[in-house]
Amino acid sequence: MSKIIVMTSGKGGVGKTTSSAAFATGLALRGFKTVVIDFDVGLRNLDLVMGCERRVVFDFINVINGEAKLNQALIKDKRIENLYILPTSQTRDKDALTREGVEKVLNELSKEFDYILCDSPAGIERGALMSLYFADHAIIVTNPEVSSVRDSDRILGVLNSRSRRAEQGLEPVTQQLLLTRYDPERVERGEMLKVDDVLEILAIPLLGVIPESQAVLRASNVGMPVILDEVSNAGLAYSDAVGRFLGEDIEHRFVTPQKKGLFSRLLRRSA
Amino acid sequence: MSSASQVAERDAPFQLRGNSFTMMVLKVFAPTSPDFFTQLNVKVRQAPNFFRNAPVVLDFDDLPESIVFDLGAFVSQVQALNLLPVGFQGGPQPVREAAMTVGLTPMPSGRAAKLEEVVKAPDPRQHDQQTPIPAPQVLIEVVHRPTVVVTEPVRSGMRVYAEKTDLIVTSSVSPGAELLADGNIHVYGALRGRALAGFSGDGNARIFCHSLEAEVLSVAGNYRVSEDIGSDFYKKAVQVFLRDGVLSMDLLKTA
Repeated sequence: MSKIIVMTSGKGGVGKTTSSAAFATGLALRGFKTVVIDFDVGLRNLDLVMGCERRVVFDFINVINGEAKLNQALIKDKRIENLYILPTSQTRDKDALTREGVEKVLNELSKEFDYILCDSPAGIERGALMSLYFADHAIIVTNPEVSSVRDSDRILGVLNSRSRRAEQGLEPVTQQLLLTRYDPERVERGEMLKVDDVLEILAIPLLGVIPESQAVLRASNVGMPVILDEVSNAGLAYSDAVGRFLGEDIEHRFVTPQKKGLFSRLLRRSA
Repeated sequence: MSSASQVAERDAPFQLRGNSFTMMVLKVFAPTSPDFFTQLNVKVRQAPNFFRNAPVVLDFDDLPESIVFDLGAFVSQVQALNLLPVGFQGGPQPVREAAMTVGLTPMPSGRAAKLEEVVKAPDPRQHDQQTPIPAPQVLIEVVHRPTVVVTEPVRSGMRVYAEKTDLIVTSSVSPGAELLADGNIHVYGALRGRALAGFSGDGNARIFCHSLEAEVLSVAGNYRVSEDIGSDFYKKAVQVFLRDGVLSMDLLKTA
């Protein structure tokens, strides 16, 4: 039985797609057969972040409309065994997502995969609703700033009222917080919300804190999930988060500023 | 919204279950009095939202045996004030018959018996689990409406309305969430959203909270936004109420 995870946030630009790519890759690296689906119809990005944009022929919407078979649309990752990407359409819009169509595709995928990761678009409209509707688990991606926290709070409310599990009175969708773009030094200066501030408002368990890192942009631009960058803090933090998701007890790191000696201060710019 | 119950009930064309409703009783002393509807109108206008289309039961118990009046016209005039007479209780036989012919439902009376039960009930020593609770014969007299209790966090964008009753939230209320109650509002987590008590105009309603960080506070339409909430009260346990028609706040003294 596969598990459906939605990566969602309400707000745009907080790192949903980056996190989806990293997380799916992390699960596959640990041996789970994983597929990551792009629900951002019309604003297709996941394929770029996963570095498979030149291999897209058919997409999620083609499969929903019965214009292509699922196997034709699934793209197998070249680097990692067990990892597949289901890209979306760049030419259509969110109305192309029907509940029946999405359900049909998810049902078919769940026969084959251990984890189905749905990369939600921003907002609380059709695309976001469809991506979270069938979820068993939600990872809420939030930046340490007030508007992102408020939007995450809103999406938590939507999950609790408008997901399939809520509507059918089943066990609620489990929820975890992934705090991204966290800069401990700015937090210390009072320019960013602390982890505890965010947790106080959202009141859900903390899955991980991903530090602000130049490695993220670098990885996106070359189409490599940042989790594969094993020297970057962000990559390590995602790896920890995947471990915690699978039930491992891993201490949170990168939440306090690193102590800097004179030497590293001098080298700071090249970091 | 499609729901589990819909799925479960798909096979049966209906479901029959007992329920109790809160209704007002309009005690009729002098239906022929020329002031009857003027005074009723004044009453209704005090809280138009509360009374709009409210079901009422006409109580004829105190009418003299010899009274003669046009019940049909009486009912129409009550309806004209946006009240919906749905039943009646008591009254002389001719009045009862007339009430049946205009389509009102006879409600069981028996108030004296009920009052005795209410008096007996609070004594726990005499409470016997084996004693069957008497069937609720006077449903219509239920003036108590259960308080709405919310134990989950009230998230941004969520709206909780406790209609004609109180609202208790044992968790936190996020910024951008809205609590509405015709009665009082109690929040035992942090109150960061909006809280509107006495929503239908009850100026006696109050808001109680453990940590006041609200965006908007209102009692019976008298409101205050967070800018106007003094820092003396911020993150404090506070009650909010109308003092001589002005929204006021007091710190709740905790032992």
